[in-house]
This record gives sequence, structure tokens and C-alpha cells, in this order.
Amino acid sequence: MSVASERAKRLSEKPLREINSATGFFGGLAASWREVWERRELLRELVKREIKSRYKDSGLGVLWSFIRPLVQLMVYYLVMGKFLGAQRSIAHFAVFIFTGLTLWGLFSEIVTTGTQSILANAGIIKKVRMPREIFPLASVGSAMFNFVVQLALLIVATAVLAGISWGRHLLYAPMAIVVAIVWATALALVLSAMNVYLRDVQYLVEVGLMLGFWFSPIVYQWSMVGSMAGPLLREIYSANPMTVCILAFQRSIWGTPVMENGPSPEMLYPAHLELRLWVVLAVGLIFFIVAQRVFDRLQRNFAQEI
Amino acid sequence: MGVDVIQLQGVTKHFTVRKQKSLKESVVNARRGKLHEERFTALNDISATIQAGESVGLIGPNGSGKSTLLKVIGGILAPDTGSVRMRGRVAALLELGAGFHPDLSGRENVYLNASVLGLTRQETAGYFDEIVDFSGIGEFIDTQVKFYSSGMYVRLAFSVAVHVDPDILLVDEVMAVGDEPFQAKCMRKIQQFQEEGRTIILVSHSVAQITEVCDRALLLEHGHLVEDAPPLVALERLRRGYSAEIETTSRVALESLSHASLNAVHLSVMGGPQGVSPLELASGDGLEVKLVLGLPEPVKGMHLKIGIDNALGEHVLTVDTWNQLHLDIGTHSGLVTVRFSLPNLCLTSGDYHVRVFVTDKDGGILARSNRAGTFSVQASGRSAGYVDSDVKFSVDETRPL
Repeated sequence: MSVASERAKRLSEKPLREINSATGFFGGLAASWREVWERRELLRELVKREIKSRYKDSGLGVLWSFIRPLVQLMVYYLVMGKFLGAQRSIAHFAVFIFTGLTLWGLFSEIVTTGTQSILANAGIIKKVRMPREIFPLASVGSAMFNFVVQLALLIVATAVLAGISWGRHLLYAPMAIVVAIVWATALALVLSAMNVYLRDVQYLVEVGLMLGFWFSPIVYQWSMVGSMAGPLLREIYSANPMTVCILAFQRSIWGTPVMENGPSPEMLYPAHLELRLWVVLAVGLIFFIVAQRVFDRLQRNFAQEI
Repeated sequence: MGVDVIQLQGVTKHFTVRKQKSLKESVVNARRGKLHEERFTALNDISATIQAGESVGLIGPNGSGKSTLLKVIGGILAPDTGSVRMRGRVAALLELGAGFHPDLSGRENVYLNASVLGLTRQETAGYFDEIVDFSGIGEFIDTQVKFYSSGMYVRLAFSVAVHVDPDILLVDEVMAVGDEPFQAKCMRKIQQFQEEGRTIILVSHSVAQITEVCDRALLLEHGHLVEDAPPLVALERLRRGYSAEIETTSRVALESLSHASLNAVHLSVMGGPQGVSPLELASGDGLEVKLVLGLPEPVKGMHLKIGIDNALGEHVLTVDTWNQLHLDIGTHSGLVTVRFSLPNLCLTSGDYHVRVFVTDKDGGILARSNRAGTFSVQASGRSAGYVDSDVKFSVDETRPL
């Protein structure tokens, strides 16, 4: 049998599959993720590319993953903690802000690089067919790498400076990370697709992230907001998914150390933190599903619009 | 044979061209926003079926939707209505090296690019030596790609693309890049692919490529599929379309400059009657070109040049009284009639145009016309390309080996 007829025979055994068909909400959902799963190897390659190329040709290489957050930490510690005196009311201030900065760093890196991921890979997207969700997801992967490095640093620093207390509360940490990733990925999906059609999105993201940073209890304590704002404002503030994530992460790693002139332990965190976390996760998952469907709609014309 | 690999059914694609891309502009132009949108149909109800092992050319004028159709087949663009169904692995040679990262080494990029094109890491590892060998990159494989010459870059990218083992290969004018040996290499690879029963879909403006590679051509015009036929038939129709367009839009009047005017151009079949329009030649007929020049002052050492272009604007023939005929026309003034006789023109079927240039001895243009006249040729159809020949063929078996 010739090569040609062998190929024809093999092809005739394969089913005809419809590509890029407009599908229903749930059917399309399953198909989309199945496709991403089929190309998981590419996803791994892309993450590797991101990480490898990031510090290529730099003398210090991966050390930069440590240096940037450390400098950031030092600046906040010095300015907020020492000059502005936040240290006086927040115990283990360095650990406290490092905890918040680490998780926020993960969130903001996913959102920032994710938003730009589609445009950054315009060359591939215009020429090769693949599930385009891969690109925002690759941003998640490379941000995770940075995060893991920082997390290791955080754990060591906490152990040395404040000591880690063992207990059930440690489980808050993985859950907070999952929630942050779910929300960040969902945002990255929607924003990256919108950015193709409207380039302002990437600048809006910068502004939004700056606001988000200061409206989350990262460099100050949640209880400080509680004492200033009324109950309604406090609830609104606490409904921010990243606020919930960061609080849970702090609860897990920084714990509940008390200062003489600071708030009492039960004032440090809002009531029902665990329940809040579950709610934020559930809402986040729904948002994530919707985000992918929006992405799927918008991606149909990517090749033309980029 | 007879396995459908691609089925297009009523594929339609609209594009909305928005002239604004930033938020500020959309806010400022919010009310006029709709005015800034322009919708046009890039593909209009296209249905076609392509079978395994076929080589299909997509042809048509610029903006007819060829590349859009290729992208829809490749799954890069989604159709608005209609369906695209296919089987087998698709690889697109649309732009070589899509996704190459300049900071990574050739080796890393091979893995990355192969992965982009759908190969697993294991498969790539299996092909790796072959890929490097074919590309001729050699020891530079571990050098960062940004230090490659553009030739090396393209060779490596091509090498990866053809090793992906596609069942369907989409090619979009990539063969225009690269030097001649590289193009020859591309063509050889494509021939090999054909022998292996792979399906090839090719977008090209090159008549030679379409006739050489394809056994079928789809002609698109303004997003409509107007012809689905053997390449020669489709190309013939494309050429006719071009001539009509040239006739209506760029009917260039006889141009006159400073010292001379081209008063009239008459074309006729040699030995035939004058003033026949439209003029039709059979293959092997001669063409007579008569020019009437108006020269207000005596012109010394004038050069006359005429040429024949086919419908695609390719120069089929050029004759210059000085460069080819080595003639000194002498000094003339007043109304001057000159005559070129071109006997035994064996052109392939199609429409042709006659170019006329009149220059002084220093090359300054006195008068010219790119479309001084038009004629068409009906040929035997026994050969393709530029030259018609009444080909005869025989096989002789003299004695057994």
C-alpha cells in the first residue's frame, strides 16, 4: 500500500470535526476546556519560554525574582512602618506587609501580564490555530513561578522573625491562593480579549490595580478601616474578593499577634472569614466560567483585529 | 481515494472596519460611532469540498478573500455563518517562525515552535536531528535566534514547519521569501508532500506556481467563489477579469509629452484586414503594430520601444529599435508612421496589451502609453505558461533491456 493511500485510509477513519462552530453555552464550555487540555504541552512550553526568556542575558538571573519584592518590602517597611509609625500598632510589621505583598504580587502579575498576553503573542495567534486561552493561562503559570519563589522567602522570613504557629488556620493559605488565582485568571481572560479591541484596557488595568492595592488591607490593617468607616462601608470594603483573600492569607501566615495598644485578636479579622472565603471562591468560579465564554466570543475575530 | 478532508458549507465572513481603537475616540465620537463603522463581506456563502491528496490553489485579485478563506480553513478565523469541517492535522505555512523568541536558542525555539504547531515534546525529540539537518543550521543550533541571519531564521522555521507531519498544509505566499535554492527546496518538499498524499492549499499570485503545483483552483472575486475548475481554466477566467478591470478603470489615453505625440496606434494581424476590433489572434499569427507619431520639430536619434504584456502585467516580449534591433532611425519631423511586424507569435490563450515608448537618444521619454492597444489570443491549449506550442508526443520502445 502506498504512503498516499495509507494516509487516505487513516484519514477516512477519523471523524470530520467542525471547527470554530458557534456553540451553546455549556457545550462550548466543555469543548473549549477540552481543547486547552489537549494542548497542555504547549502551555508548559509557553510557561517555560516566559520564565527562561525573562532573565536571559541578565547577570543575576533568577535572583531578580527575590530582589524586586525584597526592595519593595524594605521601602514599605521603612516608610510605613518606621516613618509613619504603623509598626507601633501592627505586630511583626515586616511579616505582615510581606504577607499581603506576596499574594497581591501574584494577583497583579497575573492580571497585568495576562491582559497583555494576547497582543504580545499576536504573531502566533494570527498564524496558527490553537485555543487562545493558552496565552492568559501561560501568564498565570509564569506568575506562579515568581510567586512560589516569594512564598518560600515569606515562609523562611516568617519562621525566623515571628515563628509559624501550627494549626487548622494554615489551611487558609492554599485556599486564599486558589481564590486569588481564580479571580485573577478570570480577569485576565476577559481583559486580554477586550484589550484586542480597545487598547485602553491595559492602561485601565494599571489604574485599577493601583486602586485595588490601596483598597486592600496590605500595608494597613483591616481593623483600621473598621474603626473609620460605618458598618455599610465596611461591608462594601470587605466584599472585595482580594480583601477576603489577603485577610485569609494573613490569618494563615501572620496569624493573630496582639500589640498592647493595638486591636484585640477578634477585631483583626471580619467575622465568618471562612464563610466569606467560600462565597468569594464560588462567585469567582462562576465569574471564571462566564469570563471564558466572553473570551470565546471575542476571540473569534482576534486574527482580524490584532 | 475520495476521502473528504475539508468541507466548507455556506461560509460567510463579515468584517467591521472600525476606524477608532481607543476609548477617547469612541467617547468623543460616541454619537457618530456608527458612521465610523464599515461592514464588508469578505467571504460570501462559500461551499466547497476538498479531498485527501488534492492540491488546490486559491486565486483571485487582491482583496478577493483568498487569505481570509485560508485563515478560515486553518481555523484562525471563525466564520460568521456556515460551517467548516475537517479531519487530520493541519499545518499552516503562513508566516515562518511565528512564535520564535529572539532570546531563546535555536534548540529551544525548535521545541517551542513545534509545540505551537501541535507536536508533542517526544515527537519533536524524534524529529530533532532531521529538523536541524534539513535547516543546515548545524552548530548554531544552540545560539540565540536573535543572532541568526534572516536566511537562517527562515530555514529553521521552514524546517520545523515541514516536519510537523501535517495531513493538510496551508501555504500563503511564503514561497516568495528566501533565495532561489531555498525556493527550490520548498517546491521539492511540496512535491514530496503531494506524493505522500497530503492535501495542499496554496494561495499564490504566481501563475507558474499554481499551474505547477495545483490540480484544481478556486477563483474568488469579491468574496464569491466564481470558479472551481482545473487551474488553467480558472486562471483564464482570472485573466479575463483583470483585462475588464483594466479596460474600465485605467484606460490610459495616449500620452504625449513635450516634443512628440503618439497620435494613433493600430494593431492588426499580419496579412489580415486593418481596423478589426476586438482583435483576435490565433497562435502562430503575426502581429503588426503601426504607430503614428506627431513630431513638431525634427528629432534626432529617436528610439522606439514596444512590448507585449499579458493580463497579469507580466512582460512577455519587449523590442527596442536600439537595444535589440541596433537601428538608427534617423531624423524625422511631422507626421511619422512606423511599423513593427512581429511574425509567428506563439502565445498562450488570454488577453494581451501593447506598450509603446518613444525616447530620444539619451533615454528622455518623448511619448509613451502602457496600454496602447489590446488583443487576445486563442491558442491550442496544448501547453501552459507563456509560450504556446502544438506539442507532439510519442514513446518508442526499441528493444527490451
